[in-house]
Amino acid sequence: MNVNMVGALNNALDIVMQENEEIVLLGEDIGKDGGVFRVTDGLLAKYGENRVVDTPLSEAGIIGTAIGMALGGMHPFPEVQFAGFMYLAFDQLVNHAARYRSRSRATRTVPMVVRTPVSGGVRTLEHHSDSPEEYYSHVGGLIVVEPSTPYDAKGLMIKAAHLDDPVVFLEPTKLYRLFKQDIPDEAYEVEIGKASAVRQGDDMTIVTWGTMVPVVKNAVEKKGTNAEIIDLRTINPIDETTILNSVRKTGRAMIVHEAQLSFGAGAEIAARIAEKAIFQLQAPVMRVASASLPYPFPGYEQFYIPNEAKVSEAIDKIMSV
Amino acid sequence: MLKRVYDGTVDYLQIMDEFGSIDVSLFPKDVTDQQIVDMYKWMSFARQLDAKALSLQRQGRAVTYAPILGQEATQVGSALAMGPKDFFVPNFRQHGVFLVRGLSLEAFFIYWKGFEEGSTVGKGVNAVSYIVPVATQLPHAVGIAYAQKYRKTGGAVVTYVGDGGTSEGNFYESMNFAGVFKVPCVFIIENNGWAISMPRAKQSATQTLAQKAIAAGIPTMQVDGNDVIAVYKATKDAIAKSGNGPSVIECLTYRMSMHTTADDPTKYRDDSEVDAWKPKDPIARVAAYLSKKGLWDKGKEQKMQDDNLKKIDDAVEKAEAFKPDPRSMFKNLYSFIPETLQEELDAAEQANFWQQKSD
Repeated sequence: MNVNMVGALNNALDIVMQENEEIVLLGEDIGKDGGVFRVTDGLLAKYGENRVVDTPLSEAGIIGTAIGMALGGMHPFPEVQFAGFMYLAFDQLVNHAARYRSRSRATRTVPMVVRTPVSGGVRTLEHHSDSPEEYYSHVGGLIVVEPSTPYDAKGLMIKAAHLDDPVVFLEPTKLYRLFKQDIPDEAYEVEIGKASAVRQGDDMTIVTWGTMVPVVKNAVEKKGTNAEIIDLRTINPIDETTILNSVRKTGRAMIVHEAQLSFGAGAEIAARIAEKAIFQLQAPVMRVASASLPYPFPGYEQFYIPNEAKVSEAIDKIMSV
Repeated sequence: MLKRVYDGTVDYLQIMDEFGSIDVSLFPKDVTDQQIVDMYKWMSFARQLDAKALSLQRQGRAVTYAPILGQEATQVGSALAMGPKDFFVPNFRQHGVFLVRGLSLEAFFIYWKGFEEGSTVGKGVNAVSYIVPVATQLPHAVGIAYAQKYRKTGGAVVTYVGDGGTSEGNFYESMNFAGVFKVPCVFIIENNGWAISMPRAKQSATQTLAQKAIAAGIPTMQVDGNDVIAVYKATKDAIAKSGNGPSVIECLTYRMSMHTTADDPTKYRDDSEVDAWKPKDPIARVAAYLSKKGLWDKGKEQKMQDDNLKKIDDAVEKAEAFKPDPRSMFKNLYSFIPETLQEELDAAEQANFWQQKSD
């Protein structure tokens, strides 16, 4: 099928709901409305209101109830309408979803896939454009994935449905409809915890994910740089091996993410490179990210999100060392 | 136009008063004298268990502990009302419920020694382990109730929250969800009068905590939480009707002891208030009833206490022999061990730090 990311996700949800009756979706406006981005379109008609559950407004209620469903033997897929509203459920994710397996020594587990749209670039109102991957990645016990293509979105979603763990599934709104891709009609898995080298190269390594993947690809293609581009896909647990192997080969490392610079996931990756591959480096590790500011109103986002020019300039800088 | 669009009322139920006298018109027909003896035995056991845990903490053999002294009727009465398919979701003070529902005493003491291995209630009990962040367990109860209904298990869920917990957003959110989904969930408000140093009167301007359920469209009532028969009946009725949806029961009881062993209530609470609650003791009134009916005597009392103590002491002995394995922290985080975490585990094992600690 030739689909955009919304189509791929919708197809993945359809597949996993067919294969496992314990999978239910719950969230705000996900039924008749099909979700504000239409990811759950048509699923209410197909699976009924016991499995596609429109909930009252309460993010903590949605995630907390989903945790209970999981404890009760189900495999819920809660949706939080925008990542900027998920902080209301942060307690449930950090204190409960992440800890249940450990605190019960695996006698109680929380298999669950929390879906939420992330990141900006689509001129939305305040609080609709956050990139919160580092908050959730800091919490041991949560898995954090973020696809950048329709193919990966479907494969990661199906894989997430097969895990007995809580997965925070971040969906970049900018990439929902940016492009279409030919993907298999049938079910397939993309491994969680495994990055993908989306471009091979020898001169430098760029580690990126989510909305920044197409930005980095375009910048590299336009410059003709012989860069290796790694789409992380899973933020936590991190695929350190793929990153280090590439950096040891190229000798230069850059991390590009949309979340703000300070204390971001880029710092984690830079630290791991410093600990294990510093003697193979020919240049200091570089980070390209949004400024250390809250996500601005839509009028200012063009001055905030890293763009091709910013990535291009950083490539010049790291290659000049 | 002005017209009344809603009228709300809250009933209060007491069946056995503080002197052990029964209101015959309200007495549940299905309760036998033997069951009242059992209620008495469980409450006494819970009190002995509580005293032991407190004593272990004072000797430095247990971590910070939250006593239940005075609240035995609320916990034992509601626990005895549950059936085998019913699930319960506690906060951090439901030791009496755990006891009745069959949590091993060894696991209880391992938990209060500070090890997750005592938190493995999933092995044998239809429950989850203690939940510490106040009221955050309530949405889980709603979700488990949803699963009970969805999977047609025929079971309900009983969950507990304190008076302080009814001020939390999760309390309102959970009642609201439960009401909309019509799930089989019974919320028990274990109102013991105090949230650490905050008295009930300062917790909420509402006249009863039970009436908070009215706004969620849920049936609600208040019971004498020191009357084990009233608590039993209210819970049993609520579970029986849970196929139609959730309900709320506010149990009026009293925290005779401290919030936890880290707390000193003399700093903020008058002894006169505690003294006033002493005659309302949940166990003494049942003892009065049983002795009036000739169902209990000193010999039986002594034997029961000795048997309970032996069980408790055996469990403490086993729990104190528990050997922690630090690797279990790493091995139970995910359904798999990520490569980077395995590396941290290997590094910790090589560092000799654990060997020093476990000596």
